[in-house]
Amino acid sequence: MKIHEYQAKAVLRKFGVPTPNGVACFSVDEALAAARTLGGKLWVVKAQIHAGGRGKGGGVKLARSEEELRTHAGAILGMQLVTHQTGPGGQTVRRLLIEEGADIRKEYYVGMVVDRVSQRVVLMASAEGGVDIEQVAATSPEKIHRVAIDPLAGLTDAQADDIARRIGVPQAAMSDARAIFQGLYRAFDQTDASLAEINPMILTGAGALVALDAKMNFDDNALFRQPDIVALRDPDEEDAAEVAAARYGLSYVPLEGDIGCLVNGAGLAMATMDIIKFYGGRPANFLDVGGGATTEKVVEAFKIMLRNAELKAILVNIFGGIMRCDVIATALVEAARQVSLQVPLVVRLEGTNVELGKNILAGSGLATIAASDMADAAEKVVKAARGSKGGA
Amino acid sequence: MSILIDKSTRVLTQGITGKTGQFHTSAGLKYANGAACYVAGVTPGKGGQSFEGVPIFNTVREAREKTGVNASVIYVPPPYAAAAIDEAVDAGLDLVICITDGVPVRDMIRTKYRMQGKKTRLIGPNCPGVITPDELKIGIMPGHIHRKGPVGVVSRSGTLTYEAVGQLTAVGLGQSSCVGTGGDPINGLKHVDVLRMFNDDPQTEAVIMVGEIGGNDEEEAARWVKANMRKPVVGFIAGVTAPPGKRMGHAGAIVSGGRGTAAEKLAVMEECGIKVTRNPAEMGKLLKSVL
Repeated sequence: MKIHEYQAKAVLRKFGVPTPNGVACFSVDEALAAARTLGGKLWVVKAQIHAGGRGKGGGVKLARSEEELRTHAGAILGMQLVTHQTGPGGQTVRRLLIEEGADIRKEYYVGMVVDRVSQRVVLMASAEGGVDIEQVAATSPEKIHRVAIDPLAGLTDAQADDIARRIGVPQAAMSDARAIFQGLYRAFDQTDASLAEINPMILTGAGALVALDAKMNFDDNALFRQPDIVALRDPDEEDAAEVAAARYGLSYVPLEGDIGCLVNGAGLAMATMDIIKFYGGRPANFLDVGGGATTEKVVEAFKIMLRNAELKAILVNIFGGIMRCDVIATALVEAARQVSLQVPLVVRLEGTNVELGKNILAGSGLATIAASDMADAAEKVVKAARGSKGGA
Repeated sequence: MSILIDKSTRVLTQGITGKTGQFHTSAGLKYANGAACYVAGVTPGKGGQSFEGVPIFNTVREAREKTGVNASVIYVPPPYAAAAIDEAVDAGLDLVICITDGVPVRDMIRTKYRMQGKKTRLIGPNCPGVITPDELKIGIMPGHIHRKGPVGVVSRSGTLTYEAVGQLTAVGLGQSSCVGTGGDPINGLKHVDVLRMFNDDPQTEAVIMVGEIGGNDEEEAARWVKANMRKPVVGFIAGVTAPPGKRMGHAGAIVSGGRGTAAEKLAVMEECGIKVTRNPAEMGKLLKSVL
């Protein structure tokens, strides 16, 4: 799960990480009131969407007067902000963060991730701040300094100081750096975060370190024990189909193609997308119905796939283990009836009770195209999609 | 021979009184030597009861002392799964297989940390388990698609492993053991650990490694194969079509920062002498071609 920058900053402040003063706003009037409350003569107007690259996309502006602030807030609120992370359609800006302007002397990168190799949380930092860290990682990985954190001891003073020295934090700001790094780790650990970034962390003209930007993602598997984080969820930022799928225990990711796939198991679901492409088609989605697909779940899965107006055909690929083929066949027949399916449906069933399942499909009157294995299924669905007008 | 489990393994089900634990313990009991191998269950507070003739204990330690179990399979719900692994590790079991999907990463980091220096091997979480055909099935895979034979199977997935096994059986090739290492980023045995065991197993003549996007387990395994493996290895990687930055069902299946792509993994595997296919319908045929 993702949250907005202003929310991430609020989380970090609770753990002692200093940030600029700022106020989240939903209208131009609120933005003006926020600027007056903050005082000063320089404010930053920041679009709040769940994607990076906002500055380059025109979603972050400096305002030196109330007039400028009004202009920028008006322009940014409601805009379709396109960044390298939003996709070509962009994301509608519904919230702003109005912050006091900062006096930036130097920018650093600070990040925290779960590292699969060390099987620990790793602190990463670089003197190359404010830029795309993936670029730095690709071109000059030696400029990124890392330390794996012992889950019992936490980030030690020695580790924090060592990283601060490596990225060139001035001696006078060493204690600030330690507070930020350790606060970031405590926040990460106690909120079940999966990723956190302060990019940039800045050294101000007065010599203090401040988190100028912040990003936090959280482990979906731990949300059951993080009610405060769940309360920060912004449904406007999430894909409606993905949210609907999650509600029914389905795992769904939309893609650009026109062949829907309904599969049990994540690995097989990816392999099904791959084989559609291998046979010259374009998969429209990833959809894992999981191990215990009921009729209700399958109906919902069909509805979600059919939201896609481009859909030309559907491939159902089931390798029954715990999931019995007769159960999924019954669910398919019922689901196709409920959504009055108009596009060709190719079904490949294998595994537990496969003959029963095939008999149910054959006797249902439902116009399915039976496939004997994955290759046969992929060939048939690609052909069916080419001949189909769609019907979603 | 086989790896990890055989008919002499003595198995304990943690979470045996839950619906999932009961269903799969029942299936395990019915498969090959299951009735002799499944000897205990644990559910705190339910000690003294039994399930289909399998005695239930309050703790893993007690189950071990009374029945001599050396392996456990875990079906307890996600919030308690890591603690269940800890308990099995502390009781000194040789093997722990955690089927549970949805275990918080933070819990697994602590559990892996506690396991340092302990002898227990962990498989999973979020995995289908391990099967040695015609001997013992520990996990949720459909037993009937397997045949005893010379091919080792290692995979991060569940149903895609069944697909690979189904194809092998269809081309007349049985399996020595099949191991699902699981779809989570913080887990127990990796591809490379399982390949090492297959390399040392006399029954295994060739191995199929089924991977997916995310992390670098497959690359690490491929480099190890190039330097050490005495048997042919073939492979498939799921997720060539997966978009970057999106989690594809499994917590660990994500291309992030341009790393962990299927193309990158396939390239390293080919460089290291592993024959790969980009067509998941050809995994069985590909393996047959190297024997």
